[in-house]
Amino acid sequence: MAERSALAEGLRAYRLIAGMWMRSSMTYRTSFVVTVFGNLTVTGLDFVGILLMFSQVDSLGGWSLPEVAFLYGLSVTAFGIADLLLGSMDVLGARMRDGSFDTLLVRPAPVLAQVGADRFALRRLGRITQGAVVLCWALVSVDVDWSAAKVLLVPVMVVSGAAIFSAVFVAGAAFQIFAQDAAEVQNAFTYGGTTLLQYPPSVFGEDLVRGVTFMVPLAFVNWVPSAYVLGRPYPIGLPSWAAFASPLVAVACCALAGAAWRTGLRSYRSTGS
Amino acid sequence: MGSGRLYAAVAAGGFRRYATYRAATVAGVFTNTVFGVILVYTYLALWDERPHLGGYDQTQAVTYVWLGQCLYATLAIQGGGAEKDLMERIRTGEIAVDLYRPADLQMWWLAGDVGRALFQMLGRGVIPFAFGAVFFPMALPTSVTPWAAFVVTLLLATVVSFAIRYLAALSVFWLMDGMGVNQVLTVTGIFFSGMVLPLNAFPGALGEVVRVLPWAAQIQMPADVLMGETDPLRAFAFQAAWAVALLAAGRLLQSAATRRVVVQGG
Repeated sequence: MAERSALAEGLRAYRLIAGMWMRSSMTYRTSFVVTVFGNLTVTGLDFVGILLMFSQVDSLGGWSLPEVAFLYGLSVTAFGIADLLLGSMDVLGARMRDGSFDTLLVRPAPVLAQVGADRFALRRLGRITQGAVVLCWALVSVDVDWSAAKVLLVPVMVVSGAAIFSAVFVAGAAFQIFAQDAAEVQNAFTYGGTTLLQYPPSVFGEDLVRGVTFMVPLAFVNWVPSAYVLGRPYPIGLPSWAAFASPLVAVACCALAGAAWRTGLRSYRSTGS
Repeated sequence: MGSGRLYAAVAAGGFRRYATYRAATVAGVFTNTVFGVILVYTYLALWDERPHLGGYDQTQAVTYVWLGQCLYATLAIQGGGAEKDLMERIRTGEIAVDLYRPADLQMWWLAGDVGRALFQMLGRGVIPFAFGAVFFPMALPTSVTPWAAFVVTLLLATVVSFAIRYLAALSVFWLMDGMGVNQVLTVTGIFFSGMVLPLNAFPGALGEVVRVLPWAAQIQMPADVLMGETDPLRAFAFQAAWAVALLAAGRLLQSAATRRVVVQGG
């Protein structure tokens, strides 16, 4: 009961802070529209790169353009949702350096909700939009014999993928408590992760695929479930039920990230001045 | 004579300023290395499918990737160098102080940015490049001449990179806010410098166009000189022409801007 009310309280605090930032960004409407468009273009460059590659070849690592677009759409949409919800967490290190993190600790609201909603930026809808557009195009142009299970798996992938990336953001935030200046390491796992997943697993070395399956289980965002949908061999010989394990992996990741966050928060030492 | 010492001091200041953040530098090295590994595998798959794409073989494509990671922060490909501070100073009006200084505005900021670039190169660029050379097959020259020519192209690339960003920063005199310009800098920098794909692998007419734009001076030219794919003198001429043209344009815009400068808040 107490656990549940803490969650409700956190969500309420998140909604209030995010709402405040939204109102603030809506004050300058033109600027807002321009930044959404800018975000869409910047994040869409990766897909332009993929299109350029496919202007020279018909397949990459044995995968066709619609299949790669399917991976891209899933990776970018899932990451975009996590980025929208928790993407401002990379300023946490700066907040600790200048001491403003202490302010968050004394406010009567869960710290994670405050940090997550900090500088909530609706312009990040740009990434989600372009990811979703590519995903829709991939869904209609990919050569798949659609069944109920395959259709259902698509939204499941987006939601569990977003949860897995969110866990990475929270774990990264916990890491920043220990390594304040080294916030950029987190980018290797967040932005690096979403870039990695835009390409077929067959492109990468076995060890790398094994690493993102068992150590940082990003493979469950799209690679493993997509193998089922597209009828491709499973990466590193995983059993076929693994395609449906994404929600479980997401829950486990979130639990671990939550534990890491609480550990980090307990060991936080203020700069003191 | 005295002014040379002044700009050297400004450059040293730029170097030291970035050298202060050691943990951030280590983190940047790690991130560049991770991105390098991801890109290397995708390029290897691409060149596997189309050997000799853009005149490169696989080892040359790998070398290009690691050079790109090495120069990403050095040349502030996605922005974030001197122009960021300059924009902020124009926005806040602090630029008035800079205009009072007995130093040339453009040279002052160029010197600071060269210092920054030198640190980013040594502190952040060399390690990912060395990592690539150790763990992946690369096409590196064994004689001194290509390396010497490579150093010259890097210097020219730094100047061209600064000249582009200086022009962008001056636009804030009219726009009052650098957010939109920064986004344009990021998109154009990443795309036209060849971070997405080497410019010589761009298809058809698009390829013809991007290879003569100033951004081609940033990664494509140093890469081609290092790997002996182009005549160094031709590369120097291309880079120097753009450097002179863009710096001159910066001067023109600067004199137009300072004539109409109205310091906010004063």
